[in-house]
Amino acid sequence: MRIGERLHQFFRSEKGVGLLLVSPTALYALLLLAVPLIAIFAISFLTQTGVRDFEPGLSLVNYREALTDPLYRQLMLRSLMVSGLVTLITVLLAFPIAYFVSFGVKPEHKSLWIFLITIPFWTSYLIRVFLWKVILGYNGVLNSGLQAVGLIDEPLTFILYNVNAVVITLAHAYAPFAILPIFVALEKIDRSLLEASRDLGESRTMTFLRVTLPLAAPGVVAAVLIVFIPTIGDYVTPRLVGGPGGLMIANMIQTQFLRLNNAPLGATLAVLAMLIVAVISILFLILGHRAAGGGKANGGRK
Amino acid sequence: MTIKKRPAGPALISLSNVQKHYGDYHALRGITLEIGQGEFFSLLGPSGCGKTTLLRTIAGFEDYDSGTVMISERDMRGVPANKRPTNMVFQSYAIFPHLTVLENVAFGLRKSPMSKAEKRAAAEAALEMVGLKGYGHRAAHALSGGQRQRVALARALVLKPKVLLLDEPLSALDRKMREQMQVELIKLQREVGITFILVTHDQEEALVMSDRIAVMFEGEIAQCDDPEVLYRRPKSKRVADFIGVMNFLPATCREEGGKRLVSVAGLGEAEVAADQSPEGFPQGAGSVGFRPETLTLLYEGQVASHREAPAVIEEVVYYGDMTYYDVRFEGVDKTVRISMRNIFGRDVLDVGATVRVSWSPGALVVFKEGS
Amino acid sequence: MKSLKAYAILYLVFLYAPIFLLPLFAFNSSTIIAFPLENFTTEWFTQLLTLTEMHGALLNSLKIAVTSAVLATVLGVFAAMAATRYSFPGQKGIMGFIMLPLVLPEIIVAVSLLIVILRMGFDTGAWSVIAGHTLICTPFAIAILQSAFASLDPSLEEAAYDLGETPASAFRLVTLPLVMPGIISALLISFTISMDEFIIAFFLTGSDPTLPVYLFSMLRFPKLLPAVMALGTILVVLSVLLITIAEFFRRRGAKRAGLKDTGGFL
Repeated sequence: MRIGERLHQFFRSEKGVGLLLVSPTALYALLLLAVPLIAIFAISFLTQTGVRDFEPGLSLVNYREALTDPLYRQLMLRSLMVSGLVTLITVLLAFPIAYFVSFGVKPEHKSLWIFLITIPFWTSYLIRVFLWKVILGYNGVLNSGLQAVGLIDEPLTFILYNVNAVVITLAHAYAPFAILPIFVALEKIDRSLLEASRDLGESRTMTFLRVTLPLAAPGVVAAVLIVFIPTIGDYVTPRLVGGPGGLMIANMIQTQFLRLNNAPLGATLAVLAMLIVAVISILFLILGHRAAGGGKANGGRK
Repeated sequence: MTIKKRPAGPALISLSNVQKHYGDYHALRGITLEIGQGEFFSLLGPSGCGKTTLLRTIAGFEDYDSGTVMISERDMRGVPANKRPTNMVFQSYAIFPHLTVLENVAFGLRKSPMSKAEKRAAAEAALEMVGLKGYGHRAAHALSGGQRQRVALARALVLKPKVLLLDEPLSALDRKMREQMQVELIKLQREVGITFILVTHDQEEALVMSDRIAVMFEGEIAQCDDPEVLYRRPKSKRVADFIGVMNFLPATCREEGGKRLVSVAGLGEAEVAADQSPEGFPQGAGSVGFRPETLTLLYEGQVASHREAPAVIEEVVYYGDMTYYDVRFEGVDKTVRISMRNIFGRDVLDVGATVRVSWSPGALVVFKEGS
Repeated sequence: MKSLKAYAILYLVFLYAPIFLLPLFAFNSSTIIAFPLENFTTEWFTQLLTLTEMHGALLNSLKIAVTSAVLATVLGVFAAMAATRYSFPGQKGIMGFIMLPLVLPEIIVAVSLLIVILRMGFDTGAWSVIAGHTLICTPFAIAILQSAFASLDPSLEEAAYDLGETPASAFRLVTLPLVMPGIISALLISFTISMDEFIIAFFLTGSDPTLPVYLFSMLRFPKLLPAVMALGTILVVLSVLLITIAEFFRRRGAKRAGLKDTGGFL
């Protein structure tokens, strides 16, 4: 068969049509995502000498600096801690909501609840973060409110311009991200499985622990990742409510790129942040997979 | 309802040696088949046997690797589905949910040279034909399963295709509706006189509706005959097993002086006619098959019309109008099922009773394969 | 379930608290954003009219959001169709990569695009923001469109061929009308995301700020804060409106396809 004819036949086959259809989008992602990600990885091995010039040759200088300088180490550790904490809080707070909407709400009202939960997510992120500053500030809503009620005499100061404020604000911003995957996983659970468990003699609590929770595990895992990965790179929240003690790695990346004009070091920090997140996520996925009973527990419907 | 085989008209569709692979999977293995003008033809087989693939090949939705598909003496290779004189009733009915019933039925008339009024009249006539007169303005998504099916039929028939293809059209309906639609489909087919090709996995449905049936296994046609021949003279044990229930007993076969003799375990020796061994008469070990209704339990005082053999009742299954007895003939290690119509005044017999069983050599089918 | 319901309502209050505060301060005559409230005023809204720089930023944002929404939806239609209708080699990997911006921190997308653009000697501007926004909106568009295409019975298109239509006219007469609600929904969601997005715009916008970038710069001036509240109120109302319309279309699409609504975009 001639090559032209073979190609022609391939692009009429299911595989060929599928590839052809996906190619514009895939190409776009390749050019605007893959190429830049590779570029940032490459640049992290260079050193800046001038405004737009790099020293020829590759080196690990930036990595040495990023890993040994206590400032970067502190920012990285703080970012990890903040995202870890935010993830924990968001998922713990979200699970009961997802459970309530899936099991406690009439089917015809479910989409309304989900809609209500997702709406705040679609409103300006910047404004929402800024409003937390207004709420948590020295003369803020919370303090003036508590003072008016007489619960406190002096305004609370530990809630703004520090890590606490960053955690609260991020936990608020990412709430719907955590609820949705858990809700979807809970919705997929065949209700007769729960009845079967009760029928086989388990209590409500034990049914929840032995049936519902394991089957919801994939949703929880997804929720954890979908919150953990983006929060570590958050820029706006630490900048607006974090104060100097609440800054995170994204703020340093921005500083390196736009202020200090040290793109290679900024790139190194970005690469390191992604690497650490990737490693933690993979470890978590493996652990989650094991916790869910490995391959044997393919629970729920597809 | 019984349907006598009608004389097949001139071949409208003829397939010869059609081959189809999906990767390594051999979906159609050399299908050769002729379907006549005005015939109600069924493709019957278990899921995955290639019957739907074959139907979709005729419709033009599937390419085939080799062979020819002819419709009205025209080679269909390279002719897309929208240019073929076939129309299809899909398993899901594929009623366009954004259109009304009438718009659905008139969908295929878009490019026809008819005037708007004529198209409307044609669509309404088609709706009337399927018993949905006055439903034209209903929203399609508000219809019941049976109504959707009627719309699908009207939509296909309004184009006056040479062949109507039906892909498991009754599988989504409940039993009562299904039986009603079977009768209606037969009437409709007689009325319009178009060739119908039905894909089904339900042997009863195929027997009831078809002029001829092709039984398919693993991409091959195992037997293609009219329902009665298929039921009475299945060409292989597999076909026999797929269509209805058949008992099998081991037998020794020999030819003697032009006579075909079989010695059946528990029943004795009998002579069989040439058409009773459709896959050829074996020499030596083979088996015989017989349907449960060809055997009769003899009550006190009854005389066998042909031959009789003693047996012991091992299991009784009561079905209301029928009783199934599993009996064991003397010297045989497996049971044989007998179905008896329950007649007023005739008792159902008990397990353990010794009975005489009447059987007829003419009802036997001889197979080469042992049992 | 009762205590769970109480908890759920409290949770909603927590989710909505910041948003409910917005109009309170937007219509409050005090220049300090704090309780107690003073008098009712619409002064801050009229002040918005005088901020000509903001008007430029708004126009710039609208231009970027419309273009990104259209591009993301077109790319989304291709990918969603490919993913739901066909199976092709490397499908999981390719689709996973296209969906990656959904979880990737935006700052990573922003700096990596910035590096490539500067290295290649181009200047940043509205076009580079559009490029970035299209990238991050596409996964959302795909998520919406995928469910629109998946709820479509593939035999509908076959039925149209069977009744004499060509693949192109079958797409136009059957597929397009049925996925149209999904397309509109994807357009609106992408538009909303682009209008709100800050980081990528912050890095890639060049000399013409987008509305969020301008808003961010406003936050540094205490006397502009009441106007920020007013602007925020308008933005939130518009977002909620757009999302409600998008949800309406998504549901209508599901209803048309004869499906039971299961709720939620993602």
